[in-house]
Amino acid sequence: MFHKILIANRGEIACRVIKTAKRMGIATVSVYSDADANALHVKHADEAVHIGPAPSRDSYLSIEKIITACKQTGADAVHPGYGFLSENAKFADALAKEDIAFIGPPINAIEIMGDKITSKKQANAAGVSTVPGYMGLVETPEQGRDIATEIGYPVMIKASAGGGGKGMRIAWSNAEIEEGIARAKSEAASSFGDDRLFIEKFITNPRHIEIQILADNHDNIIHLGERECSIQRRNQKVIEEAPSPFVDSALRETMGEQAIALARSVDYKSAGTVEFIMDQEHNFYFLEMNTRLQVEHPVTELITGIDLVEQMIKVAAGEALSFRQSDVTFKGWAIESRVYAENPYRNFLPSTGRLLTYNPPHHHQDDKGCIVRNDTGVYEGAEISTYYDPMIAKLCTWAPDRTNAIEKMLDALDEFEVEGIANNIPFLSALINHQAFRDGALTTGFIETHYKGGFEGVAIPSDIKDYLAQTACVLKYIEMQRMNVTGPNENQQQQCLAIKTEDTAFECKVHYEAPHYIVSTKNNTIPLNVIWSLGQRLTQISLNDQKLTLRVNKTTTGYILSYRGSDVSIDVLPPHIMKLMALMPEKQIADTSNLLLCPMPGCVTSVLVKEGDQVEPGQGLAIVEAMKMENMLKAERQAVVKKICIEPNTTLNVDDVIMEFE
Amino acid sequence: MKDVIEKLEQKRADARLGGGKRRIDAQHAKGKLTARERLEVLLDSDSFEEYDMFVTHRCQDFGMADNHIPGDGVVTGWGTIHGRLVYVFSQDFTVLGGSLSETHAEKICKIMDMAVANGAPIIGLNDSGGARIQEGVASLGGYAEVFLRNVTASGVVPQISVIMGPCAGGAVYSPAITDFTFMVKDTSYMFVTGPDVVKTVTNETVTQEELGGAETHTKISSIADGAFENDIETLLEMRRLFDFLPLSSQQKPPQISTEDSLDRTEHALDTLVPANANQPYDIKEVILRTADEGDFFEIQKDHAQNIVTGFIRLGGTTVGVVANQPMVLAGCLDINSGRKGARFVRFCDAFNIPILTFVDVPGFLPGTAQEYGGIIKHGAKLLFAYAEATVPKVTVITRKAYGGAYVVMSSKHLRGDVNYAWPSAEIAVMGAKGAVEILHRSEQGDEEKIAQRTQEYEDRFANPFVSAKRGFIDDVIMPHTTRQRVVRSFRMLRNKSLKNPPKKHDNIPL
Repeated sequence: MFHKILIANRGEIACRVIKTAKRMGIATVSVYSDADANALHVKHADEAVHIGPAPSRDSYLSIEKIITACKQTGADAVHPGYGFLSENAKFADALAKEDIAFIGPPINAIEIMGDKITSKKQANAAGVSTVPGYMGLVETPEQGRDIATEIGYPVMIKASAGGGGKGMRIAWSNAEIEEGIARAKSEAASSFGDDRLFIEKFITNPRHIEIQILADNHDNIIHLGERECSIQRRNQKVIEEAPSPFVDSALRETMGEQAIALARSVDYKSAGTVEFIMDQEHNFYFLEMNTRLQVEHPVTELITGIDLVEQMIKVAAGEALSFRQSDVTFKGWAIESRVYAENPYRNFLPSTGRLLTYNPPHHHQDDKGCIVRNDTGVYEGAEISTYYDPMIAKLCTWAPDRTNAIEKMLDALDEFEVEGIANNIPFLSALINHQAFRDGALTTGFIETHYKGGFEGVAIPSDIKDYLAQTACVLKYIEMQRMNVTGPNENQQQQCLAIKTEDTAFECKVHYEAPHYIVSTKNNTIPLNVIWSLGQRLTQISLNDQKLTLRVNKTTTGYILSYRGSDVSIDVLPPHIMKLMALMPEKQIADTSNLLLCPMPGCVTSVLVKEGDQVEPGQGLAIVEAMKMENMLKAERQAVVKKICIEPNTTLNVDDVIMEFE
Repeated sequence: MKDVIEKLEQKRADARLGGGKRRIDAQHAKGKLTARERLEVLLDSDSFEEYDMFVTHRCQDFGMADNHIPGDGVVTGWGTIHGRLVYVFSQDFTVLGGSLSETHAEKICKIMDMAVANGAPIIGLNDSGGARIQEGVASLGGYAEVFLRNVTASGVVPQISVIMGPCAGGAVYSPAITDFTFMVKDTSYMFVTGPDVVKTVTNETVTQEELGGAETHTKISSIADGAFENDIETLLEMRRLFDFLPLSSQQKPPQISTEDSLDRTEHALDTLVPANANQPYDIKEVILRTADEGDFFEIQKDHAQNIVTGFIRLGGTTVGVVANQPMVLAGCLDINSGRKGARFVRFCDAFNIPILTFVDVPGFLPGTAQEYGGIIKHGAKLLFAYAEATVPKVTVITRKAYGGAYVVMSSKHLRGDVNYAWPSAEIAVMGAKGAVEILHRSEQGDEEKIAQRTQEYEDRFANPFVSAKRGFIDDVIMPHTTRQRVVRSFRMLRNKSLKNPPKKHDNIPL
């Protein structure tokens, strides 16, 4: 076994690998860039080596620096994690030359699977189901029609030089394909200077389902079942689960056998993933093979009880797998939510900065046996930088069945506190609570279909709204009881309070009868169990069997309570004051949505756009220098610049207007 | 007897109606509460005891003889806020525009005298058109009587002015003398002379709001210590502020219970100060993480934001916080921040409120604007205030503490009781670059040498240990232990007894 493993990665995956290595009694080395000097993976490792400036190409992608770090620390193996150098054959080769073990597959397998065409050919040869299509180029519309008729409509005409959705065209009939080929050819010629085309079957409403495999140096190759990763946004996975609600055991076996056959054909060792797309008739087709540990590996670990990192390390050290295919059992259901530092309400604009609050739910198993696991690489007070992936955590839940795993996930997301940077937790809650998700009706177009115009939060059910209002009364009661210690005047065991929200107004009396707070209104009496002390941002309430976790924000006249990503503003005041509230003027909130405001006091050193320019989300608009730091102000959405309100090199205060949009 | 009781009830009802239903409706239409409604919000329910309800004015001129409204435009008395005694007056705009007559002033003076005699704060709710012109000089005399009492009560009991409507002319000088002035946004304004007079005299065209609205006074003039959205929010915030304050200079601040652990650690503070010395961070994060329950009542939030002042609780009792804010002007001291800090420190010292100071100060702001404006004298105010303060003083240097500004910010030399430094602290005469320019002038131009000298200087002084060696700081503490350490320090200092030499009064550089 290895003595010391260097993890050529950062963030949560580096922490994840360190955890297993430590449990196995292996020393660990982290590497870090300037931006990560205080990162969690640096703190968790036994040793840490600085490998250069923040940009990845000068640090985490530098083969030379990683190898130097190995030599410097005497590491005898490297775990590459995912991303960065994990699928880089040159890196594996360089390590081999230095006699340092690469905890991953053989170089040959990386190379073959690293190329779209060779991997597809390899899969075809190994008898793996691939997307039906014509492997060669299509020259004429007639030829295209014949091929399409053979493989069946709809088909996709793809430009050989295209990519990222460009140069693709779908045809549903003979007429469409003939016209389509002519147009695609001229488009491809003008866009890419290359008019070569090929044709593939177009899979409608596909699902993304992948098979985890594990192989050793002793001819053992097994699969660990599937993961469904259909919930994606712009090809970025958001929610994954294992098993898939769409796969039964027979299908699983078929897919598993094909994945194993493919792995065997390239003499695969270590953990790997064979990705498929599946149509609504359960036909599946090879997409690609990832020759590394996947981000979403925890869901497989949760249903199989196998530590994939441990197996990778053992395989790399030459050990044989200690279990066979027949030993692998699948138990329960696991879901993973990727928590990203991005603003779901603003077109998922990445958010960076200081993580003011970071308080994820604790790793635990509850009395029903449900598990919460959170893989993270950040901590409260950490800096989320612009240099790397914006994923801050992978929150996983496990339960005996899918419904309970969903419920556990919703609870865990409620308990997940993040402040200081925008995050997608409300969006994750909404996705997982969506009826179509609960029904397992998933496709890779799920988010585009159900959130066409973007995410705007979800409405809170009215019964929950009532709980929130009652909870606000109890919070107010707790506050009033505390202040009462300064004098006897209001020291009453019972408080009368008036409540007002956007859609309800009522009066109630609150008192405490251990262990409940009793909220009585004209119509009913509700015993609420509320766990909260002043200053806490989360409160847990339970009524009968229902438990809710709410976020609490105090206002002058009451609270803003948040539940599953929705905020409810509640006024709670003594009735005589509430009566007077009706006299208070409604203040117009100035509409600033069409303005770019200066976010900090500073000097606008340059304006990057002109009046009349069309700007795209994320496009730089102006640079504000504050405290010798340059801050780029970016467009949040598509807009046309109407007016630039300042000259460059103007010193501005917070909220001064820099430009107006139409 | 029954007659008298009925008469009394009738008289009370008349008095409660103030200027009548029409005027009350007009007041409400402006989004303002009446004088009595305001007291209902400010005070504990049923705690208000009204005095002088039946007082009327004595003016005979200009038809005033027939224009008597009981109470004469101000509601006065006492009540409680969370059970603690407070004297109040609330001007009634529905009665002759809340104008101040001789008798109106007498009512205010009466409760002010009681407040001083009985040791409890005064809260004045101002909503008045100004002097009662019909009374002429008698009204002016009334103002003077109030001012005099404001002055003699200063430092004896806390005085709070809340501007809830117009406050113009001579009337502004009572709030100006009190400890704190708060305003209601959009419905209150204060100025010595209104827009019409301004136009006549200086030919400036300016609106009431621009001349003396809440935004003007909280941001630019610093006359107001804060402003809130409407009458109710303002009054509820006054209750919140009141809970921090002792009743008088003879008492300690109130002690309330808290479930916030005194041992709470905040590991996020260990990464707050950026590695790059020129990069800012938000000092308010330190304050919020140190305070009980994260509760911070900020004073002058919008003015001179390079210094932060306000009240927190530690272990349930009030502490005044003063902190340099690196986010604004790098946290340097200038005229405005000097004045703001000094006034706050003196309030705390006058009312036995211990002072916690967070220091990250690169020095004083240079430039002609500052020198011509008298930065020397205004900066000296803060120095003076810290030096004379005898309350417990605990200081934490988070990063820079350079030059004279280091001395000013509650240093050991100015009788700081406990002075801590974070490991990131740099206590020096000036930053490395400036120091090297002076120390090694002859090597100027040789960039390599200068860089080396700068490095030498940084190695030598960019740390807390040089000062620690001399005992100028008592200990270097880990940022995450800040709350624990300052809480313990203030507990240790609870019985501190320090007195300045007897004097008539000091002569702070005004």
